Amino acid sequence: MDFSITEEQSALKDVISRFIDNEYDFERRMKIADGETAFNHEVWNFFVEQGFTAILFSEEDGGLDGGAVEMMLIMKEIGRGLMLEPFLENIVLAGGVLKRLGTTKQKEQWLGEIINGEIQATVAFTEPQSRFNLNDISTTAKKQNNQFIINGKKSFVPNGADADLIIMPARTSGSQSDTHGITLFGVSKESDGLSFNTYKTVDGHSATEITITNVKITADCVIGNIDEGYDCLEETIDEATLAICAEAIGIMRSLHDKTVEYSKNRVQFGIPIGGFQALQHRMVDNLMACEQSESLLLWAVMTDAKNTKNLKKAISGLKYQIGTAGKHVGQEAVQLHGGMGISWELDIAHLFKRLSALEILFGNADFHLQRFIDLSDS
Amino acid sequence: MHTNFTPEEHDFEQEVQAFFKDKYPDDIKQKQDRAIPLLKEDFIRWQKVLYEQGWAAINWPVEYGGTGWSTVQKYIFANEMAKANAPAIVPFGLGMVGPVIYTYGNEEQKQRFLPDIAASNVWWCQGYSEPGSGSDLASLKTRADRDGNEYIVNGTKTWTTLGQMADWIFCLLRTSSDVARKQEGISFILVDMKTPGVTVRPIITIEGGHEVNEVHFEDVRVPLNNLIGEEGKGWTYGKVLLQHERTSIAGVARSEYRLNRLKDKIRNADKAQPSLQGDNSFLRKIAALEIELKALEYTELRTLAAVSVGNAPGPESSLLKIRGTEIQQRLDELFMEAAGYFSLPYVPDQYSLESNETMHVGFGSDTVSSLQYFNNRKASIYGGSNEIQKNIIAKHVLGL
Ligand SMILES: Cc1cc2nc3c(=O)[nH]c(=O)nc-3n(C[C@H](O)[C@H](O)[C@H](O)COP(=O)(O)OP(=O)(O)OC[C@H]3O[C@@H](n4cnc5c(N)ncnc54)[C@H](O)[C@@H]3O)c2cc1C
Ligand SMILES: Cc1cc2nc3c(=O)[nH]c(=O)nc-3n(C[C@H](O)[C@H](O)[C@H](O)COP(=O)(O)OP(=O)(O)OC[C@H]3O[C@@H](n4cnc5c(N)ncnc54)[C@H](O)[C@@H]3O)c2cc1C
Repeated sequence: MDFSITEEQSALKDVISRFIDNEYDFERRMKIADGETAFNHEVWNFFVEQGFTAILFSEEDGGLDGGAVEMMLIMKEIGRGLMLEPFLENIVLAGGVLKRLGTTKQKEQWLGEIINGEIQATVAFTEPQSRFNLNDISTTAKKQNNQFIINGKKSFVPNGADADLIIMPARTSGSQSDTHGITLFGVSKESDGLSFNTYKTVDGHSATEITITNVKITADCVIGNIDEGYDCLEETIDEATLAICAEAIGIMRSLHDKTVEYSKNRVQFGIPIGGFQALQHRMVDNLMACEQSESLLLWAVMTDAKNTKNLKKAISGLKYQIGTAGKHVGQEAVQLHGGMGISWELDIAHLFKRLSALEILFGNADFHLQRFIDLSDS
Repeated sequence: MHTNFTPEEHDFEQEVQAFFKDKYPDDIKQKQDRAIPLLKEDFIRWQKVLYEQGWAAINWPVEYGGTGWSTVQKYIFANEMAKANAPAIVPFGLGMVGPVIYTYGNEEQKQRFLPDIAASNVWWCQGYSEPGSGSDLASLKTRADRDGNEYIVNGTKTWTTLGQMADWIFCLLRTSSDVARKQEGISFILVDMKTPGVTVRPIITIEGGHEVNEVHFEDVRVPLNNLIGEEGKGWTYGKVLLQHERTSIAGVARSEYRLNRLKDKIRNADKAQPSLQGDNSFLRKIAALEIELKALEYTELRTLAAVSVGNAPGPESSLLKIRGTEIQQRLDELFMEAAGYFSLPYVPDQYSLESNETMHVGFGSDTVSSLQYFNNRKASIYGGSNEIQKNIIAKHVLGL
């Protein structure tokens, strides 16, 4: 048994951690969030230069052979720094699909360009009616000679405005909720028939609704086998879920630490409010929530990926915890800050909003609790 | 023991229903129902409609333009108002400073201020909290020093709701520091916001809106006859007002209205996110909340019954505030949960009288659910935080 990280892993964490402390303070983050672009391209270049964009891929694919631990370390820091740069969308989502199913040629082209920062990418995993069900896909792809004609609508595509490559699941057979019959397509944003409605999101990020009308895709842009894209989609979303849980824990810890600190300095009734036992116990509860969440994170990170069922269970268990304990820690941090907790000026509000968005992303607590039950042997 | 209405009360209920059907302006209703923000003019226009009907100053004595309604009538009115989804009356004038003036003010002050408050001609705001004095309100430091027949006011008030729209502010100010208890030496003083030396600075809240402000006072000269009641007694006056504020904060009827809208949303989910309809864990949460709310409704009725036989709302009003705001916040959570991904787009400007559903991101007003959830975290903080309410119950009810 060994919970320690290696020297390389520790060095990786230090690089990003130092970057946040020195060059990505809250003020800069808010400037980026309020700006015209969805994220800061210089900062993304830093990710590329430091090799963060390569870490999660195998050496064969041009990566650095990192795994879940590296991903966790990066995402926790992204959470702590409330970073807006699309590591999740490019690397975990789009990169995740490509590393699993991409042909050599697709990897050389798309994955290579993602790693070296030449293109932006994402996965369009939701439709208006689908809620959290990845298999609920009504976007259709009809084969016509050597190409496919795609029609449908994708809602809430993160990094959708900047993505040159949008990986879209579409239905090539079966009915709306069948897992079989889903095919993954690599779609260029330049394709005729795509229309985009981009908006900022409440957490300072941005996302896009994409309407797809008679978009023609050549057969070499199919990723993986026809009709058999679902497993890859689910595995990729699971990995992404793990990633955002790490991000959430970075945020929870930050909220907790800042609240304890605030309670030591804010004086009411002649003493720091941290002196009131009613608040002390609640901060202790928050600490326990953070620690329990961290433990589940490590459980999921260390679960053998080859045992897919166990891994799914661990990830759903973790996401349930983030959806419940995360909500609790967020609300308590705001409450204990009093009026300051709901003012835009303070980072507390923005940490809370991102945490709230992460609760929903890839399925809320109820969804994952049910999935946990469904995966359990009865 | 019963909660039935008398025939007269039934008639009254119909009268109120007819009023909301006929007189509630349609454009304001549209805005309320479709998540379009109201402007100051909308609030004023609506309150003037109520005033014309004689129903604006609900709690006031008849001699000052009040309704003279029984507790049951007030209850019926609040219910119908919520069912019509009409905007709540902005409380600062009609609900807060008005009662203080008619209870503690002199004749001249009553004549000068009450008619304009009743008719919503003058917009008021509440200047209690300060940067260093939130929960510990009595530690407030903004000073009003006597100088001839004026006070000179210096200091900063904060979290002043809708101060940017206000003509006047009612303040708790320190008129003496030489006191045994910090609650003494505080006075209730009215200040015209146009007086030189008053500046209002916006505070943007978590969801991006502007509803609260910092109000700075620099050598602001205020006539002595803007003092209400006795100098140094402001704390007592202000507290009476807080207790009234707490009972009305419970918002039972509004929560019932929202709960029903949430149920409608699930009922119609086949056109939106169909899986919500069979989502038993979500339906259980709605049911649990409905039970909570029913309990609160009866607790409120019990309080009203006590008030109607002449008891002032006591520390139990804290219970209504705590549970009432918790239920409101729970509703916010459930609306956001129901909206799912559609709670995340930040598009408050997409709703207008000219726009329609097909032009919007999300179903109905899904995208507002998150903003409402974030913003309404305030409900357990303002009006005396829920922790402070529990301290009050512990002290005054449990005797600890
Ligand atoms: C089954 C059992 C086995 C035990 N075995 C042992 C043993 O083997 N050896 C031994 O020495 N003792 C033993 N104890 C005693 C145990 O340590 C005491 O019961 C415990 O310390 C609480 O003390 P008390 O019962 O006097 O309760 P009190 O101290 O009177 O506490 C009453 C309540 O007040 C709360 N409270 C007290 N002070 C505070 C505070 N400052 N802030 C907030 N809340 C407070 C407590 O949490 C409790 O809820 C045992 C007790 C039990 C019930
Ligand atoms: C949206 C909004 C609108 C407002 N509008 C107005 C307005 O119009 N006019 C006005 O005068 N004020 C207004 N307020 C101010 C409001 O009344 C204060 O925010 C409130 O009293 C809490 O004070 P604080 O924010 O300074 O928090 P603090 O008093 O600093 O409290 C911080 C935390 O400590 C807790 N705490 C403090 N003391 C204790 C204790 N003894 N025991 C246990 N816990 C404790 C609090 O409950 C809170 O969780 C508004 C506030 C908000 C957020």
